[in-house]
Amino acid sequence: MPKAGSGLSLDGLGMPLWLVVELTYKCPLKCPWCSNPVDFDRYRNELSTEEWKDLLREGRRLGSLQLGFTGGEPTLRKDLEELVDEANRLGYYTNLITSGVGLSPQRVRDLKRAGLKQVQLSLQSCDSELSEKLVGLDVFAHKIEIARTIKAEGFPMVMNVPVSRYNIDQTEALIDLAADLGVEYLEFANLQYYNWALINRADLLPTRQQLKQSEAAVAAARERLGKRLTIYFVVPDYFDERPKACMNGWGAIHLTIAPDGTALPCQEARLIKDIDFPNVREHSLDWIWRESPAFRRFRGDDWMKEPCRSCDDREKDFAGCRCQAFLLTGDAANTDPVCSKSPHRYLIDDILLEAENRQERAGADALIMRARCRS
Amino acid sequence: MHNEDRLQPSDIMVLNPNFHFRWEEPQQSHVLLYPEGIVKLNATAAEILEMCVMRGLTVAEGTEQLAHRYDGADLMSDVMQFMELAYAKGWIRPKS
Ligand SMILES: C[S@@+](CC[C@H](N)C(=O)[O-])C[C@H]1O[C@@H](n2cnc3c(N)ncnc32)[C@H](O)[C@@H]1O
Ligand code: SF4
Ligand code: SF4
Repeated sequence: MPKAGSGLSLDGLGMPLWLVVELTYKCPLKCPWCSNPVDFDRYRNELSTEEWKDLLREGRRLGSLQLGFTGGEPTLRKDLEELVDEANRLGYYTNLITSGVGLSPQRVRDLKRAGLKQVQLSLQSCDSELSEKLVGLDVFAHKIEIARTIKAEGFPMVMNVPVSRYNIDQTEALIDLAADLGVEYLEFANLQYYNWALINRADLLPTRQQLKQSEAAVAAARERLGKRLTIYFVVPDYFDERPKACMNGWGAIHLTIAPDGTALPCQEARLIKDIDFPNVREHSLDWIWRESPAFRRFRGDDWMKEPCRSCDDREKDFAGCRCQAFLLTGDAANTDPVCSKSPHRYLIDDILLEAENRQERAGADALIMRARCRS
Repeated sequence: MHNEDRLQPSDIMVLNPNFHFRWEEPQQSHVLLYPEGIVKLNATAAEILEMCVMRGLTVAEGTEQLAHRYDGADLMSDVMQFMELAYAKGWIRPKS
């Protein structure tokens, strides 16, 4: 996924430069912040190997360059190597986004041979006990082994840490671990509150104090480590005055294909219930990207309402996140409620206040873990 | 190189091994692809990269070659400016 400051506020000339394929929603882990749909189990009719290959070819014709294989857990698909091989042949820069659970050292080597360019491995904690609490399974040692294999195979690697109040105090230790593993990029992904994370939001939000300390640790480490380790700190937007420039704008450079072939402007978009998203099984990708009502819905700025409509920042942040506007205000065309100019900002402030006044740091027991049969 | 951040015309710079530099037909431009990013290069930047990085020449040699295409114009400061930027961004590094 593109990081702030990666040179990506780039004009895609109307092309979906960034293609993300969610090969499956299945996953053995149970992260209580998982960004997959809460009813993920309903989407079992996954695209076949041939359907994915067709899609990859169409994507290249539309100008896609970066390709992310994600999920769920993409390594659960047995055809991953085959798809990576095809994508590589087509000229994509291929990224694998994984928790590492479906990987063995041999498989890492096979993926290298298939032409995979980069791996993003998520790590939730620097100790196995907390890790197990957070993801529901004892996989820490395995993840570390896989991280070392990834590096030994010469992949550039992103270590992704989804940040909540439970692991934010490990910022410094996680930086040390990343430096020790020799990864090039460390991403502190302060959680985005959609789907499972939204269910557990009251419990997952860090306090402002925790956030400050974490940011200070990152700043000190950047100073100390320089070019050795690039640290991205994804802004926890709730704590900001301005919304994130979500996806560089709706239908601007991002295209996500869900396991069942549904095409989305971002991975969360299917939570906007009043939009009918097109499926690659029924339409050409070209039509989906250029013509479909879903992708045109929030393109450009004609659709914007006040205060965005007359605000100079609208070209910078595109009025924020449509999903967040929908979830918190009921209308996806509203200003992202994170913005201090939004009449709904009080909603965010109330949530933050609640988090500040939470009682004693609970164990992780109160969290509702990702599981089947919720909708 | 002696000083970590100052580039010299006598340096040989190479592309960061995690980067890919190539022509893209749909974009009608050269691009740099790398973990987490894409950079679309303008024609000048692509030309400098092609001549002064991709051919294993020193910056000075590459610049001289380039100058032949432009009636021997003095391109050194333009080239150095771009190379400094590319180095600061981690696109290129000194050959080791
Ligand atoms: C949905 S996961 C799929 C890949 C794989 N299962 C994994 O977790 O690494 C994709 C990435 O999103 C991150 N992520 C999951 N939920 C998130 C959330 N609510 N906010 C921010 N990042 C999240 C994960 O840490 C992971 O790096
Ligand atoms: S975020 Fe966790 S639960 Fe969700 S897909 Fe990734 S590893 Fe699985
Ligand atoms: S009012 Fe809209 S455009 Fe202006 S800063 Fe807020 S979200 Fe961005």
